[in-house]
Amino acid sequence: MGLLSKKDAKLITDPLTDNNPITIQVLGICSALAITAELKASIVMSVSVLFVLGLGNVVISLMRNIIPSKIRIIVQLIVVATLVIIVDLVLKAFAYELSKTLSVFVGLIITNCIIMGRFEAFALGNGPWKSFLDGVGNSLGYAVILIIVGFFRELLGSGTLLGIKVLGDPIEKTGLYAFGYENNGFMLLSPMALIVVGLIIWVQRSRNQALIEEN
Amino acid sequence: MEHLELFFKSIFIDNMVFATFLGMCSYLAVSKKVTTAVGLGAAVIFVLAVTVPLNWLLDQYLLQEGALAWLDPKYGVDGSETIDLSFLSFIMFIATIATMVQLVEIVVEKFSPSLYNSLGIFLPLIAVNCAILGGSLFMQSREIPSLALALTYGVGSGIGWFLAILAIAAIREKIRYSSVPPALRGLGITFIITGLMAIGFMSFGGMLTGGDEEKKKKTTQVVASSKLEKDTQVKKIDITLKSDSEEVAENIKEIEK
Repeated sequence: MGLLSKKDAKLITDPLTDNNPITIQVLGICSALAITAELKASIVMSVSVLFVLGLGNVVISLMRNIIPSKIRIIVQLIVVATLVIIVDLVLKAFAYELSKTLSVFVGLIITNCIIMGRFEAFALGNGPWKSFLDGVGNSLGYAVILIIVGFFRELLGSGTLLGIKVLGDPIEKTGLYAFGYENNGFMLLSPMALIVVGLIIWVQRSRNQALIEEN
Repeated sequence: MEHLELFFKSIFIDNMVFATFLGMCSYLAVSKKVTTAVGLGAAVIFVLAVTVPLNWLLDQYLLQEGALAWLDPKYGVDGSETIDLSFLSFIMFIATIATMVQLVEIVVEKFSPSLYNSLGIFLPLIAVNCAILGGSLFMQSREIPSLALALTYGVGSGIGWFLAILAIAAIREKIRYSSVPPALRGLGITFIITGLMAIGFMSFGGMLTGGDEEKKKKTTQVVASSKLEKDTQVKKIDITLKSDSEEVAENIKEIEK
């Protein structure tokens, strides 16, 4: 491991499990839940956040000594907004249909608390390389939850994964549907995203008792 | 009528928290006590009421395709040099919001110290609240037609957010007395309760069904049916209020036992 020392590797692996941005730090839930009805949308959203957070952390970390602390929030917002505009334009150019599905939620990456939270908590006090790793780690932690939620909602809600009918055809009654299986349309509605995340938290905290809250 | 419809729609049907998950971060973080929840909720209403109309003006006169026609007709939609600045809307909106929040903070501190004491700590938090930017972005994508309607929309969605955080804070204060499975305590149960509340709010979806189509037809039928709808709205709210207060009474009894 020449490239990553043990400490650096921890920056990436920690947010995946015990310090997950969504389930433990409670950041970035805003834009995470609304778009998880399809697996594809969750993957695209995760990649966008990875890009914005990875790069944004580096930029902020490079500028950390010249930003006056009084106006740092505005500076941070401008950096994020610029990166998000790039993501938005790229999505519009190469995946127009998807950018329609994500609608305003691409723009809402700007106010995604993960990004501001990591800027404040990490990039303002650490060097560029470490900040980059921290950004990648945290957006991967975000991606894991998004993909798990997207996987279950799409599988149970419409019987497909990435648009491929994995459970058979509901109209021609093939595969599972031949035995009378029905899609649970309820999974596609927004409240279910919250409940699925709640269940993920439940599973995670039962496995790691140290994370349990007092009240 | 138009205003009333949009107002109720943005409070109940398109409720920021339950329908679009906006402002979830502060919703989860600041909902442990009713008093702080009220403070943040009030600040959100206030800031949304200021920023949505302001961003509406920006969108109409600066950002939209051909919006610069007031400078010179040649920049208009049919002009020879049409300008479309809408790709700048994210950065303009967030800059407006950040500045307005600072400005509001200074003005409130100067003129009403008591209000500042109760709202003050929440104002800086609000600049990065997704609900505020989300309000402006939805205002843009839903193409709200006039400044007054934009104001109604801002106030309405603010009140919707306020209601949501107030409700969850009240529930979280009560849930301390019940035995939640240890692993679900705190965050987990809050998520699930919010999910259930969102299912409840979905029942408001039928409140204004078909309203958009009827408005276009503009027949006399519209008036009659909208009156009917309004009556049912009121009834629905009454019923929910009643059942809420019954629940609370029951809870209190249990605690006393």
